[in-house]
Amino acid sequence: MRALHKMTWTESKLFLREPAAVFFTLAFPTLVLLLFSSIFGNGPVPGNPDLRMVDVMAPAYTGMVIATTALLGLPITIAGYRQQRILRRLRATPLHPSVILVSQLLVNLAMTILGIALLLLTAWLVYDLRLPAAPFSLAPAFVAASLSLFAVGFVLAGVLPSARTAQIVGQVVFFPMFFLSGAAGLQPEMFPDALRRVSELLPLTYVVRLVQELWISGTWNLTALLMLVGVLAVSVVVSSMTFRWE
Amino acid sequence: MGAVIGVEGIHKRYGSTVAVEDVSFEVGRGEIFGIVGPNGAGKTTTVECLAGLRRPDRGVVRVLGLDPGSEGRKLRERLGIQLQQAALPEDLKVGEALDLYASFYKGAPDWRPLLAQWGLEEKWNTRFKNLSGGQKQRLFIALSLVNEPELVLLDEITTGLDPQARRLTWELVRGIRDGGTTVVLVTHSMQEAEELCDRVAIIDRGRVVALDSPEALIRGLPTEASVHLGGIDAEAAETLRPLTGVSRVESEGDEVVVYGGGPLLVRVVVELDRRGITPSDVGIGKPTLEDVFLEKTGKKIRD
Repeated sequence: MRALHKMTWTESKLFLREPAAVFFTLAFPTLVLLLFSSIFGNGPVPGNPDLRMVDVMAPAYTGMVIATTALLGLPITIAGYRQQRILRRLRATPLHPSVILVSQLLVNLAMTILGIALLLLTAWLVYDLRLPAAPFSLAPAFVAASLSLFAVGFVLAGVLPSARTAQIVGQVVFFPMFFLSGAAGLQPEMFPDALRRVSELLPLTYVVRLVQELWISGTWNLTALLMLVGVLAVSVVVSSMTFRWE
Repeated sequence: MGAVIGVEGIHKRYGSTVAVEDVSFEVGRGEIFGIVGPNGAGKTTTVECLAGLRRPDRGVVRVLGLDPGSEGRKLRERLGIQLQQAALPEDLKVGEALDLYASFYKGAPDWRPLLAQWGLEEKWNTRFKNLSGGQKQRLFIALSLVNEPELVLLDEITTGLDPQARRLTWELVRGIRDGGTTVVLVTHSMQEAEELCDRVAIIDRGRVVALDSPEALIRGLPTEASVHLGGIDAEAAETLRPLTGVSRVESEGDEVVVYGGGPLLVRVVVELDRRGITPSDVGIGKPTLEDVFLEKTGKKIRD
């Protein structure tokens, strides 16, 4: 326990010393909210006059925070640790390997939640975001969504040989997913059929659906939840079979 | 001198490449034991087998009375390891690294004395990426000592260091041994092994080609000591032939080389003086561990 505690604390400090990680996890989503809201305004949502744009957008952007840490942060950090033989050095101690993985999960989870909190707080203060319909269900939803995408990140982290390839592959996975899932604020319902079918295959689509529905109507989208649990299970199995320490 | 390490006939191959062909040795408590050989000889693989990071395909390994293969974590609790080309996160500070690594071991003592011992006191708040090569190396060695290990494995600790930093590191490694810790030193430098090790195993192409103290290995060489004399003629050189202990005399250009044993230098210089001959230059050639390697493998090792 002492090792996990120290490792998590140390990794948190290292995270905060990495300007790119801090910017993209903590600041970028809030900046996107401010930018898009100033361009598109905060009028009522077409077809649903009870809601304003921010009530749909802010919950969607939480998916961006989760995907950023999961697909860009985690794989780059861990692939870099392998490339620089940091993992190799850790293996030469009595430390159980799971401590390394769990501490990475905890740090990235904490930073994701912090990024989400900053985003939602800004949305509330600046654009009067409506309060969530199911506030107490949101926390477990964020955790489930994060773990599911983190597991995908671990699959990438486990097989990509360097920080650089992790960055490239992470971006190749991230950007299409970002734009097609609804996390960028675009609504897949309005896509042409072909793109819509693609968006149905993306885990991030279900993150956005899960959070938006809990936020707006207070109901659990069980399909979305099941999809995310499925992604989690498959990714854990794949990554435990393919993860390389050196 | 109880055996801390026992290695018997280990073999290890990666695909079709044989890394370790047949390696056996014992390491006694409190000695600096060198595993020496050229790059690719199988040294690192051997050390990884000792630490339980790899399992040999065949053979037996016992370290501190444990089987590294099945009791690796228990063993690493009592072991210190400096791995070749290991690294730390760039932004991790010296003090944080020691504090973190100390937390991996049950009952690790206070790590702060290590800062002073390894000359890192003023660097405790410096990030890893801002350390010099020598400081990084000293930090790695300090990290391998955070658990006060009974045995420490050091793999290529002076590669890339300037001569002064190398000497300092050697001094500190002797200090580790004098503190009662057994040291296994892996190096491709014969000079380092000769300087530092109580006993060495010379490894080439996965096999142990020589195993003893550097002094005994050198003594066992057919090569003799030599005295190099400049500025004397061949006739004068001839007068040295009958001297006690001289086995042969060779002229190479305007240099004369006298081979033999015993107090060769003293005898040669006294004889020349008695005859009123003053060489312009006197030097001695001593066989080294490099010559042992050459003798055993038929090739030169590149430092």
